[in-house]
Amino acid sequence: MTMLDQRPDSQQEAANPELERRAERRESWRGFFHAVPAYAYLIAFFVLPLIIVFVFSFASRGRTGRPILDNWNLDAWTKLTEPLVSTIVGRSLFVAALNTVLCLIIGYAFAYWIATRPKQSTRTLLLILVLIPFWSNFLVRTYAWRILLDSDGYITQIGEFTGLWGRMLFTLPAVFLGLLYGFLPFMVLPLYAAIERIDWSLVEAGRDLYASGTRAFLKITLPLSRPGIIAGSILVFIPSLGAYVTPDILGGAKTTLLGNFIVTQFGAARNWPFGSALSGAILIVMVLTTILYFRSGARTL
Amino acid sequence: MTLHEGAATGRRLDRMLTINGWLVFAFLYLPILVVIGFSFSGANNVGTWGGFSLRWYERMLGNGPLIHALQNTLWIALFSTIVATVFGTAAALSLDRYRRWVSKGTFDAVLYMPVIIPDVTMAVMLLLWFTQIGLPLGRGTIILAHIAFNISFVAIVVRARLANMDPAMEEAAADLYASRWATFRRVTLPLIMPGVLGGGLLALTLSLDDVVITSFVQGPGSTTLPVHVFGLIRRSVTPEINAVSTLMVTASMILVFASLAIQRRE
Repeated sequence: MTMLDQRPDSQQEAANPELERRAERRESWRGFFHAVPAYAYLIAFFVLPLIIVFVFSFASRGRTGRPILDNWNLDAWTKLTEPLVSTIVGRSLFVAALNTVLCLIIGYAFAYWIATRPKQSTRTLLLILVLIPFWSNFLVRTYAWRILLDSDGYITQIGEFTGLWGRMLFTLPAVFLGLLYGFLPFMVLPLYAAIERIDWSLVEAGRDLYASGTRAFLKITLPLSRPGIIAGSILVFIPSLGAYVTPDILGGAKTTLLGNFIVTQFGAARNWPFGSALSGAILIVMVLTTILYFRSGARTL
Repeated sequence: MTLHEGAATGRRLDRMLTINGWLVFAFLYLPILVVIGFSFSGANNVGTWGGFSLRWYERMLGNGPLIHALQNTLWIALFSTIVATVFGTAAALSLDRYRRWVSKGTFDAVLYMPVIIPDVTMAVMLLLWFTQIGLPLGRGTIILAHIAFNISFVAIVVRARLANMDPAMEEAAADLYASRWATFRRVTLPLIMPGVLGGGLLALTLSLDDVVITSFVQGPGSTTLPVHVFGLIRRSVTPEINAVSTLMVTASMILVFASLAIQRRE
């Protein structure tokens, strides 16, 4: 009997609806109990901190910049509409969106190339070559561009010699380069996973029915790689929106992005409620995107 | 036809894709190689070659604060990885092996957020929370923060492994009157072990690499290596940073290969 009540799919129980329901409830509890450590941890150190950000964004600013949980107001949120602030927010949205599009175009051609190599061993090898930079330290990878774009570095010399570009370090193009470099692997991996799974006989069938190569790609390959496109875009767009290390190392005073601006609020500017409101704005975008993603029927990233 | 049957890519397009592919690889690798190369240069300037030399490595090893930061980093990574691996694996089991349970959907969505959230936002959240509940900032808060983002990464890797696993194995064990625990110990765990270790190695890497979150929740004396290096880069760029960077990239590469070797061992 001990074995039987552990197994909801056994026939004896299936025959009795009451027992079946009880077994199902037991399974449900078991699933929940497995999740408890992670669930409780994430509530304590992710969900509650997430809520506190919003609470603090309505608090008033103390003398040291720390929030005073009194005199609740909307100051921090109305500050978001100030011209200086909206310029930074607009610039960050633009940078994140353009970076996502660039990563998507370059990453798609790249992932498609890897996924269509005929030999499994070639695909595996190329994928390993993508994983190495993906696992390598983000800070070091950003720092590398600091050296490459140095005023007496080779890239600057080539640019000045050909007259195509000048000094890039501490300008917006340098930030773009750094972000593209930093986030490209995050786009390639989900795209590869999606493209590799495509059943090519569908494309073949389309071609047999006289669809042109372009049409077959647009009507078959592209829609089938949609999960990868969505997952990759989320993994690039949201982190780019709050990028801090890249603009800090490669950018200058005129390229302040949301990430830097938030950090300033907790440092030099000493305005924690405003910093909270800015973080809260990013969180709203993130939560909405996550909901949209799960609504779109995707199961995992 | 050299491609998959039906991949429907013309020869010319395929050649263009190949060129693009190798250009992307060059783009991904050249900057790292340049840093590694210059770390062996004797010149005082970061971007110029001054003959082969190991002086920056010698200086790195004699740098007290840097070595202290390295020790901090290793302890923090070790602790946070162990906890995150256990919690993350249990979470993956709950999501993959149990069809329905109360608030499963919510948990699933919450579990994915730490993966996509920008570092700065997570850093702000945790700083506010730790100061609010009165936890003194230091190594402890860094470990708590690293566990918070690593659980999700471990869970995703383990879940991918579980999804590819044949449930017949576990059913067979149950049919042979193995208890739940025995089934888990003898069947499920050995089968998902590559995923668990792979997730653990990813967690270790992320913990070793984190800059932004650590810099927010650290206290006096608890600085980690990446945060220390970030501070150095912001002040002024010296060739010693090239040597430290090479060390960090080498560590990441060892971890990738270890992870790949584990995943291959079916």
